[in-house]
Amino acid sequence: MVEELGITAEGDQVINIGPQHPATHGVLNLVVTLNGETIKKVEPHLGFIHRSIEKMCESLSYRQFIYVTSRMDYLSSHINNHACALCVEKGLQIEVPQRGQVIRVLMDELTRIASHLLWWGAQAMDLGAFTPYFYAFRERETITTIMEETCGARLTMNYMVPGGVMVDLHPSFQQKVKEFITLIKSKIDEYDELVTGNIIFQNRMKGVGYLTAADAVSYGCTGPTARGSGVHCDVRKIYPYEVYGKLHFDEVLETEGDSFARYLVRMKEIKQSISIIDQLIDNIPDGDFQAKTKAVLKLPKGEFYQRVETARGELGVYIVSEGGTTPYRIKFRSPGFSNLSALDHMAKGGKLGDLVATMGTLDLVIPDIDR
Amino acid sequence: MDVKDAVQTKQPQFPGEVYEAPGGGFMTGALNDVINWARSNSLWPLTFGTSCCAIELMSTASAKYDYSRFGFEVVRATPRQADLIIVSGTIVNKMAPVLKRLYYQMPDPKYVIAMGACAISGGPFFYNTYSVVKGVDHVIPVDVYIPGCPPRPEALMHSLITLQEKIMSGMTRDQIRRQHNPDL
Repeated sequence: MVEELGITAEGDQVINIGPQHPATHGVLNLVVTLNGETIKKVEPHLGFIHRSIEKMCESLSYRQFIYVTSRMDYLSSHINNHACALCVEKGLQIEVPQRGQVIRVLMDELTRIASHLLWWGAQAMDLGAFTPYFYAFRERETITTIMEETCGARLTMNYMVPGGVMVDLHPSFQQKVKEFITLIKSKIDEYDELVTGNIIFQNRMKGVGYLTAADAVSYGCTGPTARGSGVHCDVRKIYPYEVYGKLHFDEVLETEGDSFARYLVRMKEIKQSISIIDQLIDNIPDGDFQAKTKAVLKLPKGEFYQRVETARGELGVYIVSEGGTTPYRIKFRSPGFSNLSALDHMAKGGKLGDLVATMGTLDLVIPDIDR
Repeated sequence: MDVKDAVQTKQPQFPGEVYEAPGGGFMTGALNDVINWARSNSLWPLTFGTSCCAIELMSTASAKYDYSRFGFEVVRATPRQADLIIVSGTIVNKMAPVLKRLYYQMPDPKYVIAMGACAISGGPFFYNTYSVVKGVDHVIPVDVYIPGCPPRPEALMHSLITLQEKIMSGMTRDQIRRQHNPDL
């Protein structure tokens, strides 16, 4: 009987979660060692969506490879494109016009709100509440409509190019964004009433998945995952790029380090993103949206690195150039991979039911981890 | 409203005739057609998403688009209870055996929709990589293909309606296979 259930002599049982499982948000395989209901070990198995994007980038030109990166972390595709465009610009020493910079930042922050909204809906769904999912998508659709008007796509926009952005803003962009800001400001309170203050939700989230600040640093966690433990790591603050240096916004920090702290960080980040958009939407400077660049880009021989803050954490793009039209090697430092590596530490000693709550707050996008 | 009116106004595609008779009335129709009609209107999709297209699949399920209007309300997390896989996203070599196993685990009759460029052919971006399956039809039989990277929710809904029509006319892969091999 014991052998049939796969229980070892010490009383441990090994179960598989995924690759097809609604709580893994994609195709991740977790091999969980359990003792009763207590987790002894969580082993993530990767590669179920490894599309060899880094290898592909080596055969694509500096204009082409950016489009592939939209499919990497598809919930913040603008920010992925932004990181690659910035890295190429660094190599070519192109100065992006002010208008281009402001448009980029606006798009980044809209993407961040959309990503956090989707995460909020999915997190509540993981814990068994289905209504927030519909609420979140209702507001997210407004952002996708705005994106579609300007960029021509709802999800994988491919809008940022080396030198600026691909096309100018749609004439109704400003008005639509203002309407959206008014809408989301009223909805945030509704979200707080519905989920944040909910006692069942708080009981599920508080006191599970602890991650101390020292552990967050040693695992290389970034983004809301690390900021929930009080680690000062917002790239927009520490290494400001584009116009972030001139903007007034707070880096959201929580010191608890549990799942609820990470939840609060993301909810507060939505408000910070709204305030950034508020500051910029009436002050989009006139002028070019794209700098003049050559048709064929050639990066000088050398190594270039650029980091940006995506909705999930720090994304780094590392390009090694031999002086040709295609990169010699590209490496992406994706936030999801490092955040996932801390899962074993966070879930150990907890209950199996809390694993879902903990994993949800990491906000994993599996193609971002596997690439 | 009597039975005849109800069938004709609410289900214009119902494959049969309703005759009025004292005490209620009766219907005639080929049993196969009636079964196909019933099956086409109660498809249970499996929650299966690998990458970007899964987000558009979620959009289609949510507030603005809402595919439950067409009879896809019940999304199941286990293949044992589902009869439709919407392959939303890239399938790589490591995932292909898993997908095949999921397909075999589903009860008959079962249908497959390949959503997006990756599921159709490996995608506009992933055709020269070492790890991507060049089209999900190398692994499992596909009934409806939706182009796009990712396809719009409207496109997905159109494909679902197309699948319904295919089932009603008995032209899905599974149904044709069954016609030729009645012993299956």
